[in-house]
Amino acid sequence: MSALDESARRLDEGALRALVPRVLAGLVRRGEDFDAAEDALQEALLEALRAWPEHPPRDGQAWLATVATRRLVDARRSEVARHRREEQTYAEPRPAATEAGDDTLFLLFCCCHPALAPASQVALTLRAVGGLTTREIADAFYVPEATMAQRISRAKRALQGRRLDQPGDLAVVLRVLYLAYTAGHAGRMDLAGEAIRLARQLTLATEEPEAGGLLALMLLNHARLPARLDREGRIVTLDRQDRGLWDRRETAEGVRVLQSALAMQSEERRPGRYQVEAAIAALHDDAASAEETDWPQILAWYDDLVALTDDPVRQDPAAVLGRAVAVGHVLGAAAGLRETDRLRDPIGERHRWHAVRGHLHELGGDLPAAATAYAEAARRATNVAERDHLVRQAARARAAERSRTAATYR
Amino acid sequence: MPKYLLLKHYRGGPEPHHPFPPMVEWAPEDVEAHMAFLRHVGELLEERGELVGVQALTPAQTWVRYGGPDAAPVTTDGPLPETSDLVAGGYMIDVESHERAVEVAAYISSEPGPGGGPLYEWIDVREVMSGSPSDD
Repeated sequence: MSALDESARRLDEGALRALVPRVLAGLVRRGEDFDAAEDALQEALLEALRAWPEHPPRDGQAWLATVATRRLVDARRSEVARHRREEQTYAEPRPAATEAGDDTLFLLFCCCHPALAPASQVALTLRAVGGLTTREIADAFYVPEATMAQRISRAKRALQGRRLDQPGDLAVVLRVLYLAYTAGHAGRMDLAGEAIRLARQLTLATEEPEAGGLLALMLLNHARLPARLDREGRIVTLDRQDRGLWDRRETAEGVRVLQSALAMQSEERRPGRYQVEAAIAALHDDAASAEETDWPQILAWYDDLVALTDDPVRQDPAAVLGRAVAVGHVLGAAAGLRETDRLRDPIGERHRWHAVRGHLHELGGDLPAAATAYAEAARRATNVAERDHLVRQAARARAAERSRTAATYR
Repeated sequence: MPKYLLLKHYRGGPEPHHPFPPMVEWAPEDVEAHMAFLRHVGELLEERGELVGVQALTPAQTWVRYGGPDAAPVTTDGPLPETSDLVAGGYMIDVESHERAVEVAAYISSEPGPGGGPLYEWIDVREVMSGSPSDD
């Protein structure tokens, strides 16, 4: 561990990182180039990590803005010298007059610009809005630091010369934060926690109920995280999780956030997909045991979810697949399996389709079919923990069938 | 220190020591024992400072070649997709010697199989070419 990491630990990193969007937004609004401003701020952050433990500033935000501006001036001077142009001077920054929420939203729109690929949007958001270092982002995605540095600088170059003063697409921002959240379950860095922090900031900056829906969905899923893997790192399915391990504080916050989002909706303005998915997660979180799960209510929300698209089988097969499970629990395994049949064409080659069929066959007591479906799912899995889990499910279903047959003939 | 890839295969390699069914057909306790052993191998190599990385590959294989100017890439799933060699993944280790790499490979191959006895799986040991000039 470097000395830099050590000093970072002694600082309140969260507080430092929370200043990033404010300072960066101030620079960009003043007319600085996004790419150069972001680089300058990264340097200022590294300097803060060095200097602050010894000499904490009175106003951290002003300190960062001043140092970043100095870096920008330095960079421009060398640029100017190279081009033999006349030297220019720049004023020290004035304190930003805008609200913190506005800055976050403004920067999220910059980083989630439609000109960028999703992977770049996520990386840039985590660095420019989340204040993570390139190293931390690289670790989260299991790629070398140099690769991530390239991805980020390419993304920033793609933003060069584009107008960044117009409101962006909030739906893209929400998707990017959700991507960051789901990536956070796999990596070493706690991206899930970071995505929740950013979503919380976003809800302060916009009235859009879907922002609340997204935050609620993340919180309600994150609450179950401590129970999702056992001590050996094995996946524990929802119905077998120790519900005592769920984070009740997170659940309660998720429900509160969801309720205030839903309260903004009306007959004319139906809840969007994040609110609907959060409602489903809330119903799972609310059940004291797997047996007490309110499947009819869950199915009703899935009906709403699939109704959000014109052709859900093609446009949102994941929702149809989730609904098939609910159908299986409410109307019986055979009905659930019939639902999955409609999905054979678009996602019949994906492991999740086979895994859901395995679950439904097991629910209906057809263990040989369940074992075959789980084995098919394992063959198609793209994640080691999931593959191992599906191999176990297949072996378990086969063993249960063997002992049942043995009991019959005894 | 030389680096080695210790590769496991889905298919291919020398004649197996003994035939065994795919893991999805093993008894659940044998599956657990097998997975626990491989986890232990990873931890052991890490503790000894020899582990560089572990990677698993999905069995879906696509061969791709340049299709020529203005043509799409040419793809195929292989000449003999059912019998050709298929790498499943493996360990990258950084060890003192070739002997140590062989020792680690043999240890991996002792992984428990169906019934709990050793699987005697063939492990493909490949030295990784060094990027820096050698000192000799």
